[in-house]
Amino acid sequence: MPDDGKFGMKKFLIPLALFLGLVIFLALGLQRDPKEIPSPLVGHAAPAFKLFTLAADNQTFEPKEMHGQVWMLNVWATWCVACREEHPLLVEFSKQHSLPIVGLSYKEVQPQDEPPGAKMRPEEKRLLAKQRSEKWLRTRGNPYVLTALDLDGRVGIDYGVYGVPETYVIDKQGVIRYKLVGAITPEILSKKILPLVTELQKT
Amino acid sequence: MIPELGHFALILAFWIALAQGVLPLLGAATGHLGWQSMAKPVTAVHFGLLLLAFLALMWSFVVNDFSVLYVSQHSNSLLPTGYRMAAVWGGHEGSLLLWAFLLAFWSIAVAVFSRTLPLAMSARVLGVLGLISTGFLAFILTTSNPFDRLLPAAVDGRDLNPLLQDVGLIIHPPMLYMGYVGFSVAFAFAIAALLSGRLDAAWARWSRPWTLVAWVFMTFGIGLGSWWAYSELGWGGWWFWDPVENASLMPWLFGTALIHALMATEKRGGFKAWTVLLAIGAFSLSLLGTFLVRSGVLTSVHAFASDPRRGVFVLIFLAVVVGSSLTLFAWRAPKVSMGGRMGLISRESFLLANSVLLVVATGAVLLGTIYPLIIDALNMGKLSVGAPYFNAVFVPLLAPVLFLMVPGVAASWKEAQLHQLVLRLRWVALGSLLLACGVPAILQRMGQGEWLWRTSLGLFLSAWILFGSLKHVLERLRQSGRIPLSYWGMQTAHLGMAVLVVGITMVKGYELERDVRIGIGETVTLRDFTLELKRMENVDGPNYKALRATLEVKKDQRIVAELTPEKRRYFSTAMPMTEAAIDSGWMRDLYASLGDPVEPHPQTGAPRWNLHVYDKPFISWLWAGVLLMVLGGLIATLDKRYRRSSTRVVQA
Amino acid sequence: MSRCCDLFCRLCVLAALLWTGLTSPLMAMEAAPNAQDPGVEARMVHISEELRCMVCQNESLASSHAELAADLREEVRSLIRQNKTDDEIKAFLISRYGDFVLYRPAVKPMTWALWFGPFVLLLVALTAMVMYLRQRQKTLPQAGWTDEELKKAEQLLKDGESA
Repeated sequence: MPDDGKFGMKKFLIPLALFLGLVIFLALGLQRDPKEIPSPLVGHAAPAFKLFTLAADNQTFEPKEMHGQVWMLNVWATWCVACREEHPLLVEFSKQHSLPIVGLSYKEVQPQDEPPGAKMRPEEKRLLAKQRSEKWLRTRGNPYVLTALDLDGRVGIDYGVYGVPETYVIDKQGVIRYKLVGAITPEILSKKILPLVTELQKT
Repeated sequence: MIPELGHFALILAFWIALAQGVLPLLGAATGHLGWQSMAKPVTAVHFGLLLLAFLALMWSFVVNDFSVLYVSQHSNSLLPTGYRMAAVWGGHEGSLLLWAFLLAFWSIAVAVFSRTLPLAMSARVLGVLGLISTGFLAFILTTSNPFDRLLPAAVDGRDLNPLLQDVGLIIHPPMLYMGYVGFSVAFAFAIAALLSGRLDAAWARWSRPWTLVAWVFMTFGIGLGSWWAYSELGWGGWWFWDPVENASLMPWLFGTALIHALMATEKRGGFKAWTVLLAIGAFSLSLLGTFLVRSGVLTSVHAFASDPRRGVFVLIFLAVVVGSSLTLFAWRAPKVSMGGRMGLISRESFLLANSVLLVVATGAVLLGTIYPLIIDALNMGKLSVGAPYFNAVFVPLLAPVLFLMVPGVAASWKEAQLHQLVLRLRWVALGSLLLACGVPAILQRMGQGEWLWRTSLGLFLSAWILFGSLKHVLERLRQSGRIPLSYWGMQTAHLGMAVLVVGITMVKGYELERDVRIGIGETVTLRDFTLELKRMENVDGPNYKALRATLEVKKDQRIVAELTPEKRRYFSTAMPMTEAAIDSGWMRDLYASLGDPVEPHPQTGAPRWNLHVYDKPFISWLWAGVLLMVLGGLIATLDKRYRRSSTRVVQA
Repeated sequence: MSRCCDLFCRLCVLAALLWTGLTSPLMAMEAAPNAQDPGVEARMVHISEELRCMVCQNESLASSHAELAADLREEVRSLIRQNKTDDEIKAFLISRYGDFVLYRPAVKPMTWALWFGPFVLLLVALTAMVMYLRQRQKTLPQAGWTDEELKKAEQLLKDGESA
């Protein structure tokens, strides 16, 4: 076969080279978690809202009330299994640190709680959510300074909530600095959240 | 006892496969005839052992042995026996055992049907297959043993995922795996040829029937998967460009390129190195698919539960197998002799173009599938690549392939004149153009749907293939001489492709859906059909309870069909499943999917339910097209040249 | 007087019932579409087909049965009613869920390789193929096949075919 010169011989190595490149990426990919999605909200102001809280009467809460302090927003619900796992950690954390934790009860009343074919009135929903959440917190401890009720999930959408429980760390100017999707673990608490909080509180 | 027997059989099989891999290859390399001739009997033992293991697992399922962990995870005592048997491949471990079993099956098939092969060649082929089997068995034994015990035994199993409790599960994975694994034979032939240094037309002739049969199974398997998704998932979709689906499409595209390239290599000795590369590539993509589906690197509804250890093992296996074959290729391929003359425009060049285009299309699918992984690995964030990307990129790449189907067949070997081809095909082109513009225009006039350029493109290409093939068949019939079966196989398969494209074009261009809340006695209209909800009843299934709606379908006041969609609650899972009802026809499918109950009627207070109905024109043509391609492939394999019982040794 | 009214009313009701009874087989009630507004619905479906359901294993927002998906579809509907453009709606979701929510990746430097890669590959492949064919034509006449050998080979090949 006529010799096409150096390139002629080398071209047969191209498939191998391409394949090795692919293997490297696949190997790197094995170490990543495809389910871990970074949030675009980090570095942006926490979206504003005004929601009723668990407290009696028609008390409401707005994020701007927390301006001037570093705080944590924890999204939870009584139907959420992973929330039960992280809750003791939160309770422990709230006792040991002065960092305020605000709870956001996300869609406490689910479609299957509503009678088939009929829609619950908002006041009925709020009452049911209040009852269930208060009972849950009484049994498991309440780490929250207050719990806001996001019954229809609109605030959740604004915060990009998709996998309850979720936790946000917000700084004194009201900017989201960290978002965690999934249950808090002692490791995350000590390695990510606490150092960040300490740093933010210095500013 | 039986599961232990199965486990033991697997362990033995590992050693036998290792023997099957090492001895014949060494024998072929050193000229030791004794070791070479061991290949076939060792392969037979290998197959026997794997058959034993496979039957042992199936037995455990049938008798509801919940002390076997895998059985407890994927079966249930209420599960009907048919599904219990199919549940063998319902999960990761069992499906791997199916892989290994089918690999042993193909190996023994090669051993039986290779009487015309020189001993050294068959030894090498079986040796390569043995090495691959060794890898798979090692994988199974170390990370994915289906015979692991669960002690104490579960009282009852977790049940098979209700989505899998469909006839599709019984046939789709075995057919698909027959295809995936079947490409290993073409791969083995390619490696054997590279090892021996004998890359000639004979190699192509030997490879071709095996490749064809694997391709037939792959086509059938993918088509089945698509049909199954359509009938089972409840909203009428049939292809989602999901990573697992792409994992099966990529080897299929390469396999199609391979059978066409083999044609040129066989007849004219053309581009042998390229064909060998395609053979290596097709099986590599099968292995890559295995990796993608089982390692957890990609999110998919179809993905098996993942374990990083498994991912690492498969990746290493993939790297070793493909890496060594490509190294062998880079070393040996340059020494391969060139084939005969081929003109810039000739059947060979069209076949080459076909395979090049298919490879590019595969590259596009691969790029889209792993791009999120690449971006993530480079720490550049997370993004999704879904159907809109694939549709935008794949269709323009496939269009030239479809177009070339006609001149490719019409062109003569070695040299063809472009202007002659254009002249011969001008009426075909005109006819196709007329159809492509006429049909959508008329349909738009009739108010059936907008005229989209996509529709015209699809119709043009399918008409082009149809008319072009017809013309060629007529011309061929007029010539003297017997027409080989492979010719009829080719034309049937090409016709199948045309039919498939028609189906896809029409369904995408003209499908209609209605999403309503319906009560008893109410109707919903879909084109010229009226569907009335006659009644709702509770039904009991073997392992579920269902709410069944009966819809009476009328056209021109006559009852033409009855649809009974169901909403099922399986005892084992909390999630309700929807069982769509389909009325199939040549011109359209009517598809109904029952939803949840909603608010009662505001005036009458009668109960109502969500109902989703679809009119899907020509969707049966998708399945018909696939079946025609399968039939075409089968006809081609029956061609006499592959059934030669004796070799005629030709002295050059 | 009131008794006549009463009777009259009853007769009317009876007549009305009879009337609906007689005509209902011809006037079966049409089921109500789930969508309040077909135009809004069509646009919503078109947009959400290209969006990813964040809580599913690779399903589109249009087809997913997940609760969050239903909520987001409702959100898209309300944004459509506010006359937002498709791009604005997508931007709304991206700002909350990230690029991951788009099934059609945006064409930006990070995705140039993705969008243009296949076509670059096509060009490279076709060029390589044409170059190969041209080069082959140039070098082949030097291959050592005599006419006699060619004829013999062709004869053998023909015998090998079944046609």
